[in-house]
Amino acid sequence: MPQISQFAESWYAASQIFWVLLTFGFVFFVIGRGMLPKIEATVDARDRKVADDLAAAKAAHAAADSLEESYRQQSDASRAAAQKAVTDAKDKAAKDAEKRLAKVDAELSDKLSAAEADISAARTSAMAEIESVAADAASDLVAKLSGVKVAAADAKAAVKAVLHG
Amino acid sequence: MADQGKVDPMHQFEVQKMFDMFHVGNHEVAFTTSAMWMVIAGLLLWVFMIGGMKRQLVPGRWQVAVEGFTGFISGMMNANIGPEGRKYTPYVFSLFMFILMLNVIGLMPLGLFGVHPFTVTSHFAITGFLAILSFAIVLIVGFWRHGLHFFSLFVPHGTPWWLLWLIPVIELVSFLVRPFSLALRLFVAMTAGHVLMKVFASFIIDGVAAGPLVGLGVGIPSMALMVGISGLELLVAGIQAYVFALLTSLYLNDAINLH
Repeated sequence: MPQISQFAESWYAASQIFWVLLTFGFVFFVIGRGMLPKIEATVDARDRKVADDLAAAKAAHAAADSLEESYRQQSDASRAAAQKAVTDAKDKAAKDAEKRLAKVDAELSDKLSAAEADISAARTSAMAEIESVAADAASDLVAKLSGVKVAAADAKAAVKAVLHG
Repeated sequence: MADQGKVDPMHQFEVQKMFDMFHVGNHEVAFTTSAMWMVIAGLLLWVFMIGGMKRQLVPGRWQVAVEGFTGFISGMMNANIGPEGRKYTPYVFSLFMFILMLNVIGLMPLGLFGVHPFTVTSHFAITGFLAILSFAIVLIVGFWRHGLHFFSLFVPHGTPWWLLWLIPVIELVSFLVRPFSLALRLFVAMTAGHVLMKVFASFIIDGVAAGPLVGLGVGIPSMALMVGISGLELLVAGIQAYVFALLTSLYLNDAINLH
């Protein structure tokens, strides 16, 4: 086995140890101490960036959610307000219409009753005129037919009795 | 290859001297095939990691691959040690990537291009060095953080008083065995796998040499097995690198958090 028998040669052990020391020293100091920390730093920085970005995305998601929630609340509120305004307007319009109708009604009935009063007044005055004319005519007729002068009051009473039954 | 055209399954583990460099005492330090593959592994690893240094927020394929490896090790350190384990991630990551690269390079079919592949981690000298390094770091961290209190590691929670004479001894032995088990596991796994593949390869060569009928009868099943074993060895290459890193992180956890 050369791995053991070669120890007998004076150069073997010294050369092996010297060169492994040199090459492993190079690997340790240049690669292990020099390059590895930089590569690890890159990986760490990337991991941190990924974690930060994920956190930022999560925060943005939450913000979007709350924004949407507030938007929905706002739109709900404004819809309710709009509905209320519409019903108010409808109520007010209905009330206005009622009031106006009532006013017009009242005016009309006033006019009606005034017209009725006029008519009855006209009728009574017409009645009265008819009575006096009838009484005159009756007294004239009586005077012409019988020559008797009837007193105006009598004639009136008689006409009244006839007219009013 | 040994004499008479026989395949020597152990030959692949021989370290060849490429050129001499200098002396330390009476020990000669040379540039070897093993050194070459370690340098290549280190450079390949460096090139691979450069692809992960673009540091883009949205990574490309290469950056994802590099970040997959770093994330794998930092996740393991986090799971086994906790936030304090971050400090030791560079060491465990270097260990894992270096061993993984050496294991995988040893399995590459570079022989097709005339290059002799060589598995550095199949050498006890290398795995032993890395294991002792890990063990030394565990000891230093343990004593530095806890002082002599670190010895309470050998008395696990809930030890009954009448076992106090035995448990610490067992714990101490299992603690001291750690570097050896760490080194041997990787070394044996790599060696065994490569020996196995070489043995099956030699079956094909010997079978063909014995004639066409034997060659087909032995060669085809051996080839089929080789394909399966090659896949298995790739898996083992990853698993052994992972086990080395995992055990190092668990031992570090002992040193940092005690029991």
